[in-house]
Amino acid sequence: MRRDADPYLAGAGIGLVLLAAYAFAGRGLGASGAFASAAATLTAAAIGTEQAAAMPAVADYLPSGLASPLSDWLVWEIVGVAVGAFVSAWRAGRLASVCERGPGIRPATRIGAALAGGAVMGVGAKLARGCTSGQGLSGGALLSVGSWIFIVAAFAAAYACAPLARRLWR
Amino acid sequence: MSPLVLALVLGLAFGALLEAAGLGRARKLVGQFYFTDLTVLKVLFSALVTAMIGAFWLDRLGVIDLRQVYIPETFVVPQALGGVLFGAGLVLAGLCPGTSCVAAATGRRDGLAVMAGLVLGIVVFNAAFVRIRGFHESTALGTVTLPEALHIGRGSAVALVTLMACGAFALAERLQTGSGQ
Repeated sequence: MRRDADPYLAGAGIGLVLLAAYAFAGRGLGASGAFASAAATLTAAAIGTEQAAAMPAVADYLPSGLASPLSDWLVWEIVGVAVGAFVSAWRAGRLASVCERGPGIRPATRIGAALAGGAVMGVGAKLARGCTSGQGLSGGALLSVGSWIFIVAAFAAAYACAPLARRLWR
Repeated sequence: MSPLVLALVLGLAFGALLEAAGLGRARKLVGQFYFTDLTVLKVLFSALVTAMIGAFWLDRLGVIDLRQVYIPETFVVPQALGGVLFGAGLVLAGLCPGTSCVAAATGRRDGLAVMAGLVLGIVVFNAAFVRIRGFHESTALGTVTLPEALHIGRGSAVALVTLMACGAFALAERLQTGSGQ
């Protein structure tokens, strides 16, 4: 198993990818928008397209919706992220069928925390109109005020909550 | 190149670099918040500074037109509260939306659970949206950047953020040597 890459080099590389996105796509990178597409698709499958289209927060992300060109873009980008990560891990011998967790934690507890944490993050990302990628990285590098509010609030909350979640990780 | 193929190609590079940095592993990622592994800070801010400086100079040299690039709009209070929820969820989940895909794609079951949780949270948000719409659209400032808000030049803001990031990197290196990592 190869060691992790130098974080500054990997970061600079991601910065160049982001710069290419600005230059050639006219927008930054993202992630939570792809999850919003998945949520809208699932909602339409569960309650029917017509009912789903009547929900204002869902309608935008359906194939006929306002945000659909953008959300299609993000879905393709996220498919790329998954394939790129797989190839990188495979070449470096880092593929592993595991459940990452702290030493004294049962897998079921970890999965429960992952589901709950994911759900809270999902609500947060919707409220903030983006996540670490869309707001933190892409909006931050364009110096958007709201993106920097998001970065500061997210880091502050994560540090404040970390002692409470210590048992999960240490 | 068609836009969707471009999205796929950019995603491939983004995912490979996140994986190479080790950010597909939740315990490494949350080390940031216990001061044992500051990879998140180093990757996030070196990426941000690289793209920020690159965008600034390419715009100034006339290679790209930053006015054509989409800048997220600002909604002060929803984004502050959204950030707080996001940060709290992050230490529970151990992965953010992008890195959860990296984790899942490299065999980590916890990554898949975070992805499922994200979809669940968004479904809940969507179901409650009509009631919280007023709040969601409150304190709107439109598209506003730090140099505009602080009444300084764009170049000064870029220099300021770069200096801050370098200070954070220097601090991170000292902290990590201190913890013997």
